[in-house]
Amino acid sequence: MTPGSYVVEVIVENKPLARDPEGETIHQNLILKGGYNQVVGVRAGKLLRMNVEANSPEDARAIVRKLSDDLRIYNPAAHTIQIRVVG
Amino acid sequence: MGEVAVIQYPGSNCDLDALEILRDVLKARTDLVWHKDLAHDDYGAYVLPGGFSYGDYLRAGAIAATSPSLRIVKEAAEGGKPVLGICNGFQILVEAGLLPGAVLRNSTLRFVCAWTRLRVETTRTPFTNRAERGQVLEIPIAHNEGRYYLDKDQVPNLERNQQIVFRYVNEEREPTDDANPNGSVDNIAGICNQTGNVMGLMPHPERASLEVLSPDNQADGRVIFDSMIRALRGTGG
Repeated sequence: MTPGSYVVEVIVENKPLARDPEGETIHQNLILKGGYNQVVGVRAGKLLRMNVEANSPEDARAIVRKLSDDLRIYNPAAHTIQIRVVG
Repeated sequence: MGEVAVIQYPGSNCDLDALEILRDVLKARTDLVWHKDLAHDDYGAYVLPGGFSYGDYLRAGAIAATSPSLRIVKEAAEGGKPVLGICNGFQILVEAGLLPGAVLRNSTLRFVCAWTRLRVETTRTPFTNRAERGQVLEIPIAHNEGRYYLDKDQVPNLERNQQIVFRYVNEEREPTDDANPNGSVDNIAGICNQTGNVMGLMPHPERASLEVLSPDNQADGRVIFDSMIRALRGTGG
């Protein structure tokens, strides 16, 4: 892999057991009301897009994983995160 | 050096209210301390006031929780000194890991500014030692992120360890859904650490510590500061 700048996304959302009133409201009051009954659930979250200089996409991902834990980008008591390299 | 430090973060906005109650009403030697200037654990107690530190960016309290001042606060907490977090201060203590759980967006998705009834669940803390168990305090809330969250299966532990300090209740002193302003698990309004010397609560006792501030001429919030000062001076209990 080549060193370079990678785009890494972090998605933070409430744990499945922690209610997500924003997602519920979007689902109930917008999507279902708009007739899209095929959508059976919505979760709202937060997206952070980071430009990371690293030796490889794996390194970029590892850096973001580490900073997410070290700096508490999410609160593990209530949130889950997904990290993905998108570019 | 004062007895109490009220720590000011960028975006704190209830710092002067807490300072006034402590210094002018309760006559405690209290300093307002900028968070970057808190270099040593020189005070007997610490108050993290309400507000919107760092604009509530990322999550309420998450960025202030990385302030070096929290190292001093942790040191003080480990030494058994009283640490009180009010509203945003509560959020900071949770984010810094001094208190368990998380404080999430209100279930109503609205900023709620209202007077609430709080039932005192324990008097073992330095913040409630002058109150009575079961006593109801009328104290206002003002927040958008006040939904205390802990996995349901962990709440009994909190209860067993007497870490639930306040619950939102109705006129009959019952913790009903109607009395819960933000969707907090088990109507929890305030909690403490296992040893009881670190407490956070969403309601604002500093806004209910002068009769003139209350619609029914009460000063119910004062007992929290009064308890803390008496505990600090060794005259509590």
